[in-house]
Amino acid sequence: MIRFISKRLLTALPTLLIVAMLVFVMIRLIPGDPAALMLGDRTDPASLADLHRRLGLDQNIATQFVRWFGHVLRGDLGASIRTGEPVLPLVVNRFWVSAGIVVTAVALAALIAVPAGMIAAWRQNEALDVGIVSAATLLLSIPSFWLGLLLLYAFGLKLGWLPVVGYVAFSENPFAALLYIVLPVVTLVLHETGVLIRMARASTLEVLRLDYITNARAKGLSEPAILVRHAFRNAFGPTWTLIGLVFGNLFAGIAVIETVFTIPGLGRLLVDSIFGRDYPVIQGCLLFIAFTYVGTNLVVDLLYPLFDPRVTAQ
Amino acid sequence: MSALKPNVVIGGVLVGVVALAALVGMIWTPFNPLAVSFTARLAPPSELHWLGADEFGRDVLSRLMVAAATSARISLLTVVGALFAGTTVGLVAGYFQGWTDRILMALNNALLAFPGILLALGLLAIMGANEYGIILALGVAYSPSVARVVRGAVLSLRETDFVAASRIMDNSEIYTIVRHILPNCIAPLIVLATSMFGWALLAESALSFLGLGVPPPAATWGNMLAASRPFIAQAVWLGLFPGLCISLTLMGINLLGDALRDRLDPRMRGV
Repeated sequence: MIRFISKRLLTALPTLLIVAMLVFVMIRLIPGDPAALMLGDRTDPASLADLHRRLGLDQNIATQFVRWFGHVLRGDLGASIRTGEPVLPLVVNRFWVSAGIVVTAVALAALIAVPAGMIAAWRQNEALDVGIVSAATLLLSIPSFWLGLLLLYAFGLKLGWLPVVGYVAFSENPFAALLYIVLPVVTLVLHETGVLIRMARASTLEVLRLDYITNARAKGLSEPAILVRHAFRNAFGPTWTLIGLVFGNLFAGIAVIETVFTIPGLGRLLVDSIFGRDYPVIQGCLLFIAFTYVGTNLVVDLLYPLFDPRVTAQ
Repeated sequence: MSALKPNVVIGGVLVGVVALAALVGMIWTPFNPLAVSFTARLAPPSELHWLGADEFGRDVLSRLMVAAATSARISLLTVVGALFAGTTVGLVAGYFQGWTDRILMALNNALLAFPGILLALGLLAIMGANEYGIILALGVAYSPSVARVVRGAVLSLRETDFVAASRIMDNSEIYTIVRHILPNCIAPLIVLATSMFGWALLAESALSFLGLGVPPPAATWGNMLAASRPFIAQAVWLGLFPGLCISLTLMGINLLGDALRDRLDPRMRGV
Protein backbone atom coordinates (compact mmCIF):
# COMPACT_ATOMS: atom_id res chain seq x y z
CA MET A 1 0.00 0.00 0.00
CA ILE A 2 2.70 2.50 1.01
CA ARG A 3 4.74 1.41 -1.99
CA PHE A 4 1.76 2.05 -4.25
CA ILE A 5 1.24 5.55 -2.85
CA SER A 6 4.88 6.58 -2.99
CA LYS A 7 5.31 5.17 -6.49
CA ARG A 8 2.28 7.08 -7.76
CA LEU A 9 3.48 10.28 -6.05
CA LEU A 10 6.91 9.92 -7.64
CA THR A 11 5.47 9.54 -11.15
CA ALA A 12 3.50 12.77 -10.71
CA LEU A 13 6.63 14.84 -9.98
CA PRO A 14 8.27 14.71 -13.44
CA THR A 15 4.87 15.41 -15.03
CA LEU A 16 4.47 18.54 -12.91
CA LEU A 17 8.01 19.65 -13.79
CA ILE A 18 7.46 19.20 -17.54
CA VAL A 19 4.08 20.92 -17.29
CA ALA A 20 5.79 23.88 -15.60
CA MET A 21 8.44 23.94 -18.35
CA LEU A 22 5.76 23.89 -21.05
CA VAL A 23 3.86 26.78 -19.47
CA PHE A 24 7.12 28.74 -19.10
CA VAL A 25 8.18 28.13 -22.70
CA MET A 26 4.67 28.82 -24.00
CA ILE A 27 4.60 32.28 -22.49
CA ARG A 28 8.18 32.99 -23.61
CA LEU A 29 7.17 32.17 -27.21
CA ILE A 30 5.03 35.29 -27.27
CA PRO A 31 6.65 37.79 -29.57
CA GLY A 32 7.95 40.91 -27.84
CA ASP A 33 9.86 41.80 -24.71
CA PRO A 34 8.01 41.14 -21.42
CA ALA A 35 9.86 43.96 -19.69
CA ALA A 36 8.80 46.46 -22.37
CA LEU A 37 5.24 45.20 -22.01
CA MET A 38 5.27 45.72 -18.25
CA LEU A 39 6.65 49.24 -18.46
CA GLY A 40 4.23 50.25 -21.18
CA ASP A 41 4.92 53.01 -23.70
CA ARG A 42 6.82 55.42 -21.50
CA THR A 43 10.08 53.53 -21.24
CA ASP A 44 13.64 54.77 -21.40
CA PRO A 45 16.50 52.36 -22.15
CA ALA A 46 17.94 52.68 -18.62
CA SER A 47 14.82 51.54 -16.75
CA LEU A 48 14.28 48.83 -19.38
CA ALA A 49 17.78 47.47 -18.77
CA ASP A 50 17.18 47.72 -15.03
CA LEU A 51 13.95 45.73 -15.23
CA HIS A 52 15.69 43.19 -17.47
CA ARG A 53 18.25 42.65 -14.73
CA ARG A 54 15.62 42.44 -11.98
CA LEU A 55 13.51 39.95 -13.95
CA GLY A 56 16.62 37.99 -14.87
CA LEU A 57 15.91 38.41 -18.57
CA ASP A 58 19.61 39.05 -19.22
CA GLN A 59 20.39 35.45 -18.19
CA ASN A 60 20.11 32.35 -20.37
CA ILE A 61 16.78 30.56 -20.67
CA ALA A 62 17.66 27.61 -18.38
CA THR A 63 18.73 29.95 -15.56
CA GLN A 64 15.58 31.97 -16.10
CA PHE A 65 13.44 28.84 -15.78
CA VAL A 66 15.15 27.70 -12.57
CA ARG A 67 14.71 31.18 -11.13
CA TRP A 68 11.05 31.38 -12.19
CA PHE A 69 10.28 27.86 -10.93
CA GLY A 70 11.93 28.70 -7.61
CA HIS A 71 9.52 31.62 -7.28
CA VAL A 72 6.59 29.41 -8.27
CA LEU A 73 7.49 26.86 -5.58
CA ARG A 74 7.49 29.66 -3.02
CA GLY A 75 4.03 30.71 -4.24
CA ASP A 76 5.24 33.77 -6.13
CA LEU A 77 3.59 33.85 -9.57
CA GLY A 78 4.45 37.48 -10.23
CA ALA A 79 2.05 40.39 -10.51
CA SER A 80 -0.65 41.34 -12.98
CA ILE A 81 0.56 43.78 -15.66
CA ARG A 82 -2.79 45.55 -15.70
CA THR A 83 -3.59 45.92 -12.01
CA GLY A 84 -0.31 45.15 -10.26
CA GLU A 85 -2.10 42.62 -8.04
CA PRO A 86 -0.08 39.54 -7.07
CA VAL A 87 -1.18 36.66 -9.32
CA LEU A 88 -1.47 33.80 -6.83
CA PRO A 89 -4.13 35.28 -4.49
CA LEU A 90 -6.07 36.48 -7.55
CA VAL A 91 -6.01 33.01 -9.10
CA VAL A 92 -6.87 31.27 -5.82
CA ASN A 93 -9.85 33.59 -5.13
CA ARG A 94 -11.26 32.99 -8.59
CA PHE A 95 -10.53 29.27 -8.26
CA TRP A 96 -12.87 28.94 -5.25
CA VAL A 97 -15.69 30.50 -7.23
CA SER A 98 -15.26 27.96 -10.04
CA ALA A 99 -14.57 25.07 -7.67
CA GLY A 100 -17.87 25.52 -5.83
CA ILE A 101 -19.77 25.11 -9.08
CA VAL A 102 -17.62 22.34 -10.54
CA VAL A 103 -17.48 20.17 -7.41
CA THR A 104 -21.25 20.40 -6.81
CA ALA A 105 -21.99 19.64 -10.45
CA VAL A 106 -19.66 16.64 -10.72
CA ALA A 107 -20.91 15.15 -7.44
CA LEU A 108 -24.55 15.46 -8.51
CA ALA A 109 -23.80 14.16 -12.01
CA ALA A 110 -22.06 11.10 -10.57
CA LEU A 111 -24.94 10.42 -8.17
CA ILE A 112 -27.38 10.42 -11.06
CA ALA A 113 -25.23 8.82 -13.75
CA VAL A 114 -23.79 5.81 -11.93
CA PRO A 115 -27.14 4.26 -10.90
CA ALA A 116 -28.68 5.20 -14.27
CA GLY A 117 -25.81 3.60 -16.18
CA MET A 118 -25.94 0.45 -14.06
CA ILE A 119 -29.70 0.11 -14.51
CA ALA A 120 -29.31 0.58 -18.27
CA ALA A 121 -26.69 -2.18 -18.35
CA TRP A 122 -28.89 -4.45 -16.23
CA ARG A 123 -31.77 -3.99 -18.69
CA GLN A 124 -29.49 -4.14 -21.76
CA ASN A 125 -31.31 -3.66 -25.11
CA GLU A 126 -34.69 -3.27 -23.43
CA ALA A 127 -36.77 -0.11 -23.77
CA LEU A 128 -35.40 1.34 -20.51
CA ASP A 129 -31.79 0.88 -21.68
CA VAL A 130 -32.47 2.38 -25.11
CA GLY A 131 -34.18 5.32 -23.42
CA ILE A 132 -31.31 5.98 -21.00
CA VAL A 133 -28.63 5.62 -23.68
CA SER A 134 -30.50 7.92 -26.09
CA ALA A 135 -30.94 10.53 -23.37
CA ALA A 136 -27.23 10.28 -22.52
CA THR A 137 -26.15 10.66 -26.15
CA LEU A 138 -28.49 13.64 -26.52
CA LEU A 139 -27.16 15.34 -23.37
CA LEU A 140 -23.59 14.65 -24.46
CA SER A 141 -24.17 16.29 -27.83
CA ILE A 142 -25.62 19.56 -26.52
CA PRO A 143 -22.83 22.06 -25.88
CA SER A 144 -22.99 23.27 -22.28
CA PHE A 145 -22.90 26.93 -23.28
CA TRP A 146 -25.99 26.54 -25.47
CA LEU A 147 -27.81 24.50 -22.84
CA GLY A 148 -26.96 27.22 -20.32
CA LEU A 149 -28.30 29.89 -22.64
CA LEU A 150 -31.57 27.96 -23.12
CA LEU A 151 -32.02 27.36 -19.38
CA LEU A 152 -31.27 31.01 -18.72
CA TYR A 153 -33.92 31.99 -21.27
CA ALA A 154 -36.53 29.57 -19.89
CA PHE A 155 -36.04 29.86 -16.12
CA GLY A 156 -34.51 33.30 -15.86
CA LEU A 157 -36.29 35.37 -18.51
CA LYS A 158 -39.56 33.60 -19.32
CA LEU A 159 -40.50 32.10 -15.96
CA GLY A 160 -38.51 34.52 -13.83
CA TRP A 161 -37.78 31.89 -11.19
CA LEU A 162 -34.04 32.40 -10.99
CA PRO A 163 -31.63 35.32 -11.29
CA VAL A 164 -30.32 35.74 -14.84
CA VAL A 165 -26.74 36.87 -14.42
CA GLY A 166 -24.28 37.52 -11.66
CA TYR A 167 -22.78 35.86 -8.65
CA VAL A 168 -23.01 36.20 -4.87
CA ALA A 169 -20.30 34.71 -2.64
CA PHE A 170 -21.47 32.00 -0.26
CA SER A 171 -19.89 33.83 2.68
CA GLU A 172 -21.92 36.98 1.93
CA ASN A 173 -25.39 35.51 1.64
CA PRO A 174 -25.68 31.72 1.49
CA PHE A 175 -29.26 31.67 0.23
CA ALA A 176 -28.70 34.14 -2.60
CA ALA A 177 -25.45 32.33 -3.44
CA LEU A 178 -27.38 29.10 -3.94
CA LEU A 179 -29.95 30.79 -6.16
CA TYR A 180 -27.21 32.19 -8.38
CA ILE A 181 -25.40 28.90 -8.89
CA VAL A 182 -28.50 26.76 -9.55
CA LEU A 183 -28.54 27.35 -13.31
CA PRO A 184 -24.78 26.94 -13.95
CA VAL A 185 -24.73 23.79 -11.80
CA VAL A 186 -27.79 22.28 -13.50
CA THR A 187 -26.28 23.02 -16.91
CA LEU A 188 -23.06 21.22 -16.04
CA VAL A 189 -24.88 18.34 -14.31
CA LEU A 190 -27.01 17.65 -17.40
CA HIS A 191 -24.01 17.63 -19.71
CA GLU A 192 -21.67 15.57 -17.53
CA THR A 193 -24.42 13.07 -16.65
CA GLY A 194 -24.51 12.19 -20.35
CA VAL A 195 -20.76 11.54 -20.35
CA LEU A 196 -20.73 9.47 -17.15
CA ILE A 197 -23.83 7.33 -17.89
CA ARG A 198 -22.19 5.86 -20.98
CA MET A 199 -19.07 4.87 -19.05
CA ALA A 200 -21.00 3.46 -16.08
CA ARG A 201 -23.16 1.41 -18.45
CA ALA A 202 -20.23 0.09 -20.49
CA SER A 203 -18.19 -1.04 -17.50
CA THR A 204 -21.23 -2.62 -15.81
CA LEU A 205 -22.01 -4.53 -19.01
CA GLU A 206 -18.50 -5.95 -19.00
CA VAL A 207 -18.78 -7.08 -15.38
CA LEU A 208 -22.28 -8.56 -15.71
CA ARG A 209 -20.93 -11.04 -18.30
CA LEU A 210 -18.44 -12.55 -15.83
CA ASP A 211 -18.82 -15.97 -14.24
CA TYR A 212 -19.02 -14.75 -10.66
CA ILE A 213 -22.22 -12.83 -11.49
CA THR A 214 -23.75 -15.99 -12.99
CA ASN A 215 -22.64 -17.78 -9.85
CA ALA A 216 -24.31 -15.16 -7.64
CA ARG A 217 -27.52 -15.54 -9.65
CA ALA A 218 -27.29 -19.36 -9.41
CA LYS A 219 -27.08 -19.24 -5.65
CA GLY A 220 -30.35 -17.31 -5.67
CA LEU A 221 -29.29 -13.76 -4.80
CA SER A 222 -31.79 -11.06 -5.67
CA GLU A 223 -31.00 -8.84 -8.67
CA PRO A 224 -30.56 -5.65 -6.57
CA ALA A 225 -28.12 -7.51 -4.32
CA ILE A 226 -26.14 -8.69 -7.34
CA LEU A 227 -25.99 -5.20 -8.82
CA VAL A 228 -25.14 -3.35 -5.63
CA ARG A 229 -22.95 -5.84 -3.76
CA HIS A 230 -21.24 -7.67 -6.60
CA ALA A 231 -21.35 -5.70 -9.84
CA PHE A 232 -20.88 -2.19 -8.47
CA ARG A 233 -17.48 -2.70 -6.84
CA ASN A 234 -15.95 -4.13 -9.97
CA ALA A 235 -17.72 -1.87 -12.42
CA PHE A 236 -17.11 1.48 -10.75
CA GLY A 237 -13.36 1.75 -11.47
CA PRO A 238 -13.41 3.18 -15.02
CA THR A 239 -16.19 5.62 -14.10
CA TRP A 240 -14.17 6.81 -11.09
CA THR A 241 -11.17 7.50 -13.33
CA LEU A 242 -13.42 9.34 -15.79
CA ILE A 243 -14.82 11.47 -12.94
CA GLY A 244 -11.25 12.65 -12.30
CA LEU A 245 -10.79 13.56 -15.96
CA VAL A 246 -14.18 15.31 -16.08
CA PHE A 247 -13.09 17.43 -13.13
CA GLY A 248 -9.93 18.60 -14.84
CA ASN A 249 -11.68 19.24 -18.13
CA LEU A 250 -14.37 21.27 -16.42
CA PHE A 251 -11.82 23.54 -14.78
CA ALA A 252 -10.26 24.09 -18.18
CA GLY A 253 -13.57 24.56 -19.99
CA ILE A 254 -15.54 26.41 -17.30
CA ALA A 255 -14.92 29.75 -19.07
CA VAL A 256 -17.87 29.22 -21.42
CA ILE A 257 -20.32 28.60 -18.56
CA GLU A 258 -18.90 31.55 -16.62
CA THR A 259 -19.40 33.67 -19.73
CA VAL A 260 -23.03 32.61 -20.14
CA PHE A 261 -23.89 33.32 -16.51
CA THR A 262 -21.41 36.19 -15.90
CA ILE A 263 -19.62 34.44 -13.04
CA PRO A 264 -16.22 35.83 -11.97
CA GLY A 265 -14.42 32.47 -11.91
CA LEU A 266 -11.02 31.15 -12.95
CA GLY A 267 -12.04 30.47 -16.56
CA ARG A 268 -13.25 34.01 -17.06
CA LEU A 269 -10.03 35.34 -15.50
CA LEU A 270 -7.97 33.34 -18.00
CA VAL A 271 -10.00 34.51 -21.00
CA ASP A 272 -10.03 38.15 -19.86
CA SER A 273 -6.26 38.00 -19.35
CA ILE A 274 -5.82 36.61 -22.87
CA PHE A 275 -7.82 39.56 -24.22
CA GLY A 276 -5.84 41.98 -22.04
CA ARG A 277 -2.47 40.35 -22.87
CA ASP A 278 -1.80 40.10 -19.14
CA TYR A 279 0.87 37.42 -19.47
CA PRO A 280 1.73 36.84 -15.79
CA VAL A 281 -1.95 36.16 -15.07
CA ILE A 282 -2.29 33.91 -18.16
CA GLN A 283 0.77 32.00 -17.00
CA GLY A 284 -0.59 31.74 -13.46
CA CYS A 285 -3.99 30.48 -14.63
CA LEU A 286 -2.51 27.92 -17.02
CA LEU A 287 -0.14 26.62 -14.37
CA PHE A 288 -2.81 26.52 -11.68
CA ILE A 289 -5.37 24.72 -13.84
CA ALA A 290 -2.80 22.23 -15.15
CA PHE A 291 -1.55 21.49 -11.60
CA THR A 292 -5.18 21.09 -10.44
CA TYR A 293 -5.72 18.62 -13.29
CA VAL A 294 -2.63 16.56 -12.42
CA GLY A 295 -3.49 16.85 -8.72
CA THR A 296 -7.09 15.65 -9.08
CA ASN A 297 -6.03 12.70 -11.19
CA LEU A 298 -3.41 11.86 -8.58
CA VAL A 299 -6.00 11.94 -5.77
CA VAL A 300 -8.41 9.87 -7.89
CA ASP A 301 -5.70 7.26 -8.44
CA LEU A 302 -4.72 7.22 -4.77
CA LEU A 303 -8.34 6.67 -3.68
CA TYR A 304 -8.86 3.92 -6.26
CA PRO A 305 -7.73 1.06 -3.96
CA LEU A 306 -10.49 1.96 -1.47
CA PHE A 307 -13.03 0.13 -3.60
CA ASP A 308 -10.73 -1.97 -5.75
CA PRO A 309 -7.89 -3.35 -3.60
CA ARG A 310 -6.46 -5.29 -6.58
CA VAL A 311 -4.59 -2.28 -7.98
CA THR A 312 -2.18 -2.07 -5.03
CA ALA A 313 -1.16 -5.66 -5.61
CA GLN A 314 0.06 -4.95 -9.15
CA MET B 1 -24.05 -7.10 -40.87
CA SER B 2 -27.37 -7.14 -42.69
CA ALA B 3 -29.71 -4.22 -41.95
CA LEU B 4 -28.34 -0.86 -40.88
CA LYS B 5 -28.99 0.02 -37.26
CA PRO B 6 -31.34 2.97 -36.67
CA ASN B 7 -28.47 4.83 -34.91
CA VAL B 8 -26.34 4.67 -38.04
CA VAL B 9 -29.22 5.93 -40.17
CA ILE B 10 -30.00 8.85 -37.84
CA GLY B 11 -26.30 9.74 -37.49
CA GLY B 12 -25.75 9.49 -41.22
CA VAL B 13 -28.77 11.67 -42.03
CA LEU B 14 -27.72 14.35 -39.50
CA VAL B 15 -24.13 14.50 -40.73
CA GLY B 16 -25.30 14.29 -44.35
CA VAL B 17 -27.69 17.23 -44.02
CA VAL B 18 -25.01 19.42 -42.42
CA ALA B 19 -22.42 18.41 -45.02
CA LEU B 20 -24.90 19.18 -47.81
CA ALA B 21 -25.77 22.57 -46.28
CA ALA B 22 -22.05 23.35 -46.01
CA LEU B 23 -21.41 22.35 -49.63
CA VAL B 24 -24.37 24.33 -50.96
CA GLY B 25 -23.33 27.26 -48.76
CA MET B 26 -19.98 27.37 -50.53
CA ILE B 27 -21.62 28.27 -53.86
CA TRP B 28 -25.05 29.64 -52.97
CA THR B 29 -26.84 31.10 -49.95
CA PRO B 30 -30.35 32.67 -49.88
CA PHE B 31 -28.77 36.02 -48.93
CA ASN B 32 -25.26 37.42 -48.76
CA PRO B 33 -24.27 36.26 -45.24
CA LEU B 34 -22.45 39.54 -44.58
CA ALA B 35 -25.02 41.92 -46.10
CA VAL B 36 -26.39 44.33 -43.50
CA SER B 37 -30.04 45.41 -43.75
CA PHE B 38 -31.63 47.88 -41.37
CA THR B 39 -35.19 46.98 -42.36
CA ALA B 40 -34.60 43.32 -41.48
CA ARG B 41 -33.02 44.09 -38.09
CA LEU B 42 -33.99 41.31 -35.59
CA ALA B 43 -36.67 40.10 -38.03
CA PRO B 44 -38.34 36.91 -36.76
CA PRO B 45 -38.47 33.80 -38.97
CA SER B 46 -40.66 34.47 -42.00
CA GLU B 47 -41.10 33.41 -45.60
CA LEU B 48 -38.33 35.78 -46.63
CA HIS B 49 -35.88 35.01 -43.81
CA TRP B 50 -36.64 31.38 -42.96
CA LEU B 51 -34.67 31.42 -39.73
CA GLY B 52 -34.95 35.14 -39.07
CA ALA B 53 -32.32 37.89 -39.18
CA ASP B 54 -29.76 39.07 -36.64
CA GLU B 55 -29.11 42.42 -34.98
CA PHE B 56 -27.58 43.77 -38.22
CA GLY B 57 -30.38 42.35 -40.37
CA ARG B 58 -28.15 39.59 -41.73
CA ASP B 59 -29.98 36.42 -42.80
CA VAL B 60 -29.49 33.71 -40.15
CA LEU B 61 -29.92 30.73 -42.51
CA SER B 62 -27.27 32.06 -44.91
CA ARG B 63 -24.87 32.65 -42.03
CA LEU B 64 -25.51 29.15 -40.62
CA MET B 65 -24.73 27.62 -44.02
CA VAL B 66 -21.46 29.51 -44.40
CA ALA B 67 -20.59 28.75 -40.78
CA ALA B 68 -21.11 25.02 -41.41
CA ALA B 69 -18.41 25.11 -44.08
CA THR B 70 -16.06 27.09 -41.82
CA SER B 71 -16.51 24.72 -38.88
CA ALA B 72 -16.16 21.65 -41.08
CA ARG B 73 -12.97 23.02 -42.66
CA ILE B 74 -11.41 23.91 -39.29
CA SER B 75 -12.34 20.55 -37.73
CA LEU B 76 -11.12 18.58 -40.75
CA LEU B 77 -7.77 20.37 -40.94
CA THR B 78 -7.35 19.98 -37.16
CA VAL B 79 -7.95 16.23 -37.40
CA VAL B 80 -5.64 15.83 -40.40
CA GLY B 81 -2.91 17.82 -38.65
CA ALA B 82 -3.26 15.89 -35.39
CA LEU B 83 -3.28 12.55 -37.23
CA PHE B 84 -0.15 13.44 -39.19
CA ALA B 85 1.86 14.78 -36.25
CA GLY B 86 0.62 12.19 -33.76
CA THR B 87 1.15 9.24 -36.09
CA THR B 88 4.70 10.34 -36.87
CA VAL B 89 5.59 10.69 -33.19
CA GLY B 90 3.84 7.43 -32.28
CA LEU B 91 5.51 5.44 -35.05
CA VAL B 92 8.98 6.77 -34.27
CA ALA B 93 8.60 6.27 -30.51
CA GLY B 94 7.09 2.80 -30.78
CA TYR B 95 9.39 1.48 -33.47
CA PHE B 96 12.77 2.77 -32.31
CA GLN B 97 12.04 2.51 -28.54
CA GLY B 98 14.87 3.23 -26.09
CA TRP B 99 15.71 6.85 -25.32
CA THR B 100 13.84 8.21 -28.35
CA ASP B 101 10.71 6.58 -26.96
CA ARG B 102 11.32 7.73 -23.40
CA ILE B 103 11.88 11.39 -24.30
CA LEU B 104 9.01 11.56 -26.80
CA MET B 105 6.61 9.88 -24.39
CA ALA B 106 7.63 12.08 -21.44
CA LEU B 107 6.75 15.12 -23.55
CA ASN B 108 3.63 13.43 -24.83
CA ASN B 109 2.40 12.61 -21.32
CA ALA B 110 3.05 16.17 -20.17
CA LEU B 111 0.96 17.45 -23.08
CA LEU B 112 -1.74 14.96 -22.11
CA ALA B 113 -1.57 16.38 -18.59
CA PHE B 114 -3.10 19.53 -20.05
CA PRO B 115 -6.79 19.31 -20.83
CA GLY B 116 -7.03 19.87 -24.61
CA ILE B 117 -9.01 23.09 -24.40
CA LEU B 118 -6.54 24.58 -21.88
CA LEU B 119 -3.57 23.89 -24.15
CA ALA B 120 -5.52 25.45 -27.02
CA LEU B 121 -6.31 28.54 -24.90
CA GLY B 122 -2.62 28.90 -23.99
CA LEU B 123 -1.49 28.56 -27.60
CA LEU B 124 -4.17 31.00 -28.78
CA ALA B 125 -2.85 33.50 -26.24
CA ILE B 126 0.43 33.33 -28.14
CA MET B 127 -0.82 33.18 -31.69
CA GLY B 128 -3.89 35.37 -31.49
CA ALA B 129 -7.42 34.38 -32.45
CA ASN B 130 -7.84 33.41 -36.09
CA GLU B 131 -8.69 30.36 -38.15
CA TYR B 132 -5.13 29.08 -38.49
CA GLY B 133 -4.39 29.76 -34.84
CA ILE B 134 -7.31 27.51 -33.86
CA ILE B 135 -6.28 24.73 -36.24
CA LEU B 136 -2.71 24.78 -34.98
CA ALA B 137 -3.72 25.05 -31.31
CA LEU B 138 -6.29 22.25 -31.46
CA GLY B 139 -4.04 20.13 -33.67
CA VAL B 140 -1.25 20.36 -31.09
CA ALA B 141 -3.74 19.66 -28.31
CA TYR B 142 -5.08 16.47 -29.94
CA SER B 143 -1.95 14.94 -31.45
CA PRO B 144 -0.72 13.41 -28.13
CA SER B 145 -3.81 11.16 -28.05
CA VAL B 146 -3.00 9.98 -31.57
CA ALA B 147 0.64 9.41 -30.67
CA ARG B 148 -0.36 7.28 -27.71
CA VAL B 149 -2.73 5.08 -29.73
CA VAL B 150 -0.22 4.61 -32.55
CA ARG B 151 2.67 3.87 -30.21
CA GLY B 152 0.60 1.25 -28.42
CA ALA B 153 -0.31 -0.42 -31.70
CA VAL B 154 3.30 -0.33 -32.93
CA LEU B 155 4.64 -1.86 -29.72
CA SER B 156 2.50 -4.96 -30.21
CA LEU B 157 2.93 -5.06 -34.01
CA ARG B 158 6.74 -4.89 -33.72
CA GLU B 159 6.80 -8.37 -32.22
CA THR B 160 4.70 -9.97 -34.97
CA ASP B 161 6.16 -12.40 -37.49
CA PHE B 162 5.37 -10.32 -40.55
CA VAL B 163 7.38 -7.38 -39.23
CA ALA B 164 10.28 -9.69 -38.38
CA ALA B 165 9.98 -11.15 -41.89
CA SER B 166 10.14 -7.70 -43.45
CA ARG B 167 13.36 -7.00 -41.52
CA ILE B 168 14.92 -10.31 -42.50
CA MET B 169 14.12 -9.50 -46.12
CA ASP B 170 16.43 -6.51 -45.62
CA ASN B 171 13.69 -3.92 -46.16
CA SER B 172 14.56 -0.46 -44.84
CA GLU B 173 13.12 0.62 -41.48
CA ILE B 174 10.99 3.29 -43.14
CA TYR B 175 9.62 0.80 -45.67
CA THR B 176 8.74 -1.64 -42.88
CA ILE B 177 6.99 1.08 -40.88
CA VAL B 178 5.00 2.49 -43.79
CA ARG B 179 4.21 -0.75 -45.61
CA HIS B 180 3.64 -3.15 -42.72
CA ILE B 181 3.02 -1.30 -39.47
CA LEU B 182 1.03 1.79 -40.48
CA PRO B 183 -1.82 -0.07 -42.30
CA ASN B 184 -2.47 -2.06 -39.13
CA CYS B 185 -2.95 1.11 -37.08
CA ILE B 186 -5.73 2.38 -39.36
CA ALA B 187 -8.75 0.87 -37.56
CA PRO B 188 -8.16 2.47 -34.14
CA LEU B 189 -7.17 5.70 -35.88
CA ILE B 190 -10.47 5.91 -37.78
CA VAL B 191 -12.36 5.57 -34.50
CA LEU B 192 -10.18 8.20 -32.84
CA ALA B 193 -10.40 10.56 -35.84
CA THR B 194 -14.20 10.49 -35.70
CA SER B 195 -14.17 11.43 -32.02
CA MET B 196 -11.55 14.12 -32.65
CA PHE B 197 -13.70 15.65 -35.38
CA GLY B 198 -16.46 16.03 -32.79
CA TRP B 199 -14.05 17.42 -30.16
CA ALA B 200 -12.64 19.91 -32.66
CA LEU B 201 -16.10 21.08 -33.72
CA LEU B 202 -17.16 21.58 -30.10
CA ALA B 203 -13.88 23.25 -29.12
CA GLU B 204 -13.99 25.59 -32.11
CA SER B 205 -17.56 26.60 -31.22
CA ALA B 206 -16.59 27.13 -27.59
CA LEU B 207 -13.53 29.23 -28.53
CA SER B 208 -15.58 31.28 -31.00
CA PHE B 209 -18.23 31.70 -28.30
CA LEU B 210 -15.52 33.11 -26.00
CA GLY B 211 -14.38 35.48 -28.74
CA LEU B 212 -11.11 33.58 -29.21
CA GLY B 213 -12.13 31.85 -32.43
CA VAL B 214 -12.79 33.07 -35.94
CA PRO B 215 -13.28 36.84 -35.55
CA PRO B 216 -16.50 38.56 -36.72
CA PRO B 217 -17.97 39.51 -39.16
CA ALA B 218 -17.22 36.00 -40.48
CA ALA B 219 -19.92 33.66 -39.21
CA THR B 220 -19.33 30.60 -37.04
CA TRP B 221 -21.96 28.82 -34.99
CA GLY B 222 -20.05 29.74 -31.82
CA ASN B 223 -19.68 33.46 -32.52
CA MET B 224 -23.32 33.66 -33.67
CA LEU B 225 -24.34 32.23 -30.28
CA ALA B 226 -22.10 34.70 -28.47
CA ALA B 227 -23.58 37.60 -30.44
CA SER B 228 -27.12 36.42 -29.67
CA ARG B 229 -26.68 36.77 -25.89
CA PRO B 230 -27.66 40.45 -25.52
CA PHE B 231 -30.73 39.91 -27.75
CA ILE B 232 -31.93 36.62 -26.30
CA ALA B 233 -35.03 38.17 -24.68
CA GLN B 234 -36.24 39.88 -27.88
CA ALA B 235 -34.97 37.45 -30.53
CA VAL B 236 -34.71 33.93 -29.17
CA TRP B 237 -34.22 32.43 -32.66
CA LEU B 238 -30.78 34.02 -32.79
CA GLY B 239 -29.68 31.80 -29.92
CA LEU B 240 -31.78 28.81 -30.90
CA PHE B 241 -30.64 27.86 -34.38
CA PRO B 242 -26.81 28.03 -34.10
CA GLY B 243 -26.95 25.86 -30.96
CA LEU B 244 -29.29 23.44 -32.67
CA CYS B 245 -26.81 23.15 -35.55
CA ILE B 246 -23.92 22.36 -33.18
CA SER B 247 -25.98 19.86 -31.17
CA LEU B 248 -27.40 17.99 -34.17
CA THR B 249 -24.01 17.79 -35.87
CA LEU B 250 -22.35 16.52 -32.69
CA MET B 251 -25.12 14.00 -32.19
CA GLY B 252 -24.68 12.72 -35.74
CA ILE B 253 -20.93 12.39 -35.22
CA ASN B 254 -21.38 10.66 -31.84
CA LEU B 255 -23.86 8.15 -33.28
CA LEU B 256 -21.64 7.37 -36.28
CA GLY B 257 -18.59 7.22 -34.02
CA ASP B 258 -20.24 4.67 -31.71
CA ALA B 259 -21.25 2.54 -34.69
CA LEU B 260 -17.74 2.69 -36.18
CA ARG B 261 -16.21 1.74 -32.85
CA ASP B 262 -18.53 -1.26 -32.54
CA ARG B 263 -17.50 -2.48 -35.98
CA LEU B 264 -13.80 -1.69 -36.00
CA ASP B 265 -12.75 -2.11 -32.42
CA PRO B 266 -14.61 -4.90 -30.62
CA ARG B 267 -12.56 -4.39 -27.45
CA MET B 268 -13.96 -0.89 -26.97
CA ARG B 269 -17.52 -1.98 -27.72
CA GLY B 270 -20.13 0.09 -25.97
CA VAL B 271 -17.72 2.38 -24.14
